[in-house]
Amino acid sequence: MIAGYTMDWRVITEYLPVLLYGVVLTLRLSVMAIIVAIVVGVFAGLCRISRNPIISFLATAYVEFLRGIPLLVFLMFIYFGVGSFVNLDVQVASVFGLGVFAGAFVAEIVRAGIESIPKGQMEAARSSGMSYLQAMRFIILPQALRRILPPLAGQFIALIKDSSLVSVISGKDLTLQARNVIIATFRSFEVWLFTAALYFIMTFALSQLSHALERKFKIEH
Amino acid sequence: MIQIRDVVKRYGHLQVLNGVNLEVADGQVVVISGPSGAGKSTLLRTINGLEPIHGGSIVVNGTNVHARGTNLNKLRQEIGFVFQHFNLYPHLTALQNVTIAPIQVKKIPRAQAEAKAKELLTALGLKDKMHNYPAQLSGGQQQRVAIARALAMDPKVMLFDEPTSALDPEMIKEVLDAMKALAGKGMTMVVVSHEMGFAREVADKVAFMESGKVLEEAPPEEFFNNPQNPRVKEFLSKILR
Repeated sequence: MIAGYTMDWRVITEYLPVLLYGVVLTLRLSVMAIIVAIVVGVFAGLCRISRNPIISFLATAYVEFLRGIPLLVFLMFIYFGVGSFVNLDVQVASVFGLGVFAGAFVAEIVRAGIESIPKGQMEAARSSGMSYLQAMRFIILPQALRRILPPLAGQFIALIKDSSLVSVISGKDLTLQARNVIIATFRSFEVWLFTAALYFIMTFALSQLSHALERKFKIEH
Repeated sequence: MIQIRDVVKRYGHLQVLNGVNLEVADGQVVVISGPSGAGKSTLLRTINGLEPIHGGSIVVNGTNVHARGTNLNKLRQEIGFVFQHFNLYPHLTALQNVTIAPIQVKKIPRAQAEAKAKELLTALGLKDKMHNYPAQLSGGQQQRVAIARALAMDPKVMLFDEPTSALDPEMIKEVLDAMKALAGKGMTMVVVSHEMGFAREVADKVAFMESGKVLEEAPPEEFFNNPQNPRVKEFLSKILR
């Protein structure tokens, strides 16, 4: 072989439990980060459409700032920067960093989804005596959710992929497990290719799930 | 009973309501007509507080709509509103469109709310359409669902904002018939419309608005046969062919 590298796939079977444990770590990290992203993102998205100028300015600043910096820099800042003042567990820093970062994108998706619902819907709901919150809950959000779902799934697929960056701050995930296997075996080609396949299975499953949900919630217009 | 006194409303520098006065007694049907941009729809939307006002007052059944401390959510339960473009909720069936506010706002038990909604929809000729979504209904059917949705709250007053102007000609009658039936039951109604046949037949009073003012108000026979204001004469000569 060129450069004298001979493939040896036994590394995969031998280290399969280590790599699959990496999948578990990445999934756990991603799910927790997605929860943080939804909570932060929905809140920030609602703040962005607030009529209070201070609230909407703060939400806009959060969205614009985080969308304008690299995730790696943000993770470094959280773990090493903020970590110089407070004792931060690397897992907490990873979940928080990924979640708050993705939250900025979720906020924009939520805002755009709500604003895409025609004004007449809110007016009809308010005219029937619903409060603003009731109108949001029963009329606006159920419709917005259907429009939000596809871009949201895309965002969470990006989050699963981006979660590999936490290995740089020594966060435990699939990428870190793969690196550890390579350090022990020097089988870069096989391990990275297999790792890529594992990431693809995770993101493809999520993408299929989102298509299924989309079909389930579809409404005619 | 609706009392509109000297109502002023601006959008920025644009004065849309310029001191409007109008009274609607209980059980009366008042039709408001006039050229587009006269402020008719805006006036209607100030009656249930969808639009704020900058001067004057509006009192509905003894409640000052725009006073500080008025519970608009409560007041709006007594004021049904029918929109030009129906504004039905597309994610809910016809039946759910009608029951959602009674269930969520008035806290009426679901079974009771559904029974009443079915009664209303049946009376409006929509018995077979209850479980259809708005997108599966014609414009005329959608507007009748919207009327049922408003009536489900047991309003004391109904406001109609050009309820037939987004409809195909052959569907206008079914909506007007529903409104006539409602008027026949003694509902207090304010209708912004250019349906002069409806005004002649059903209205107790016709008001003509232009440039944010009521230029003339009179019972229909007087309004159509002997209008006082020259602008009203001109307008009527153009729309009554």
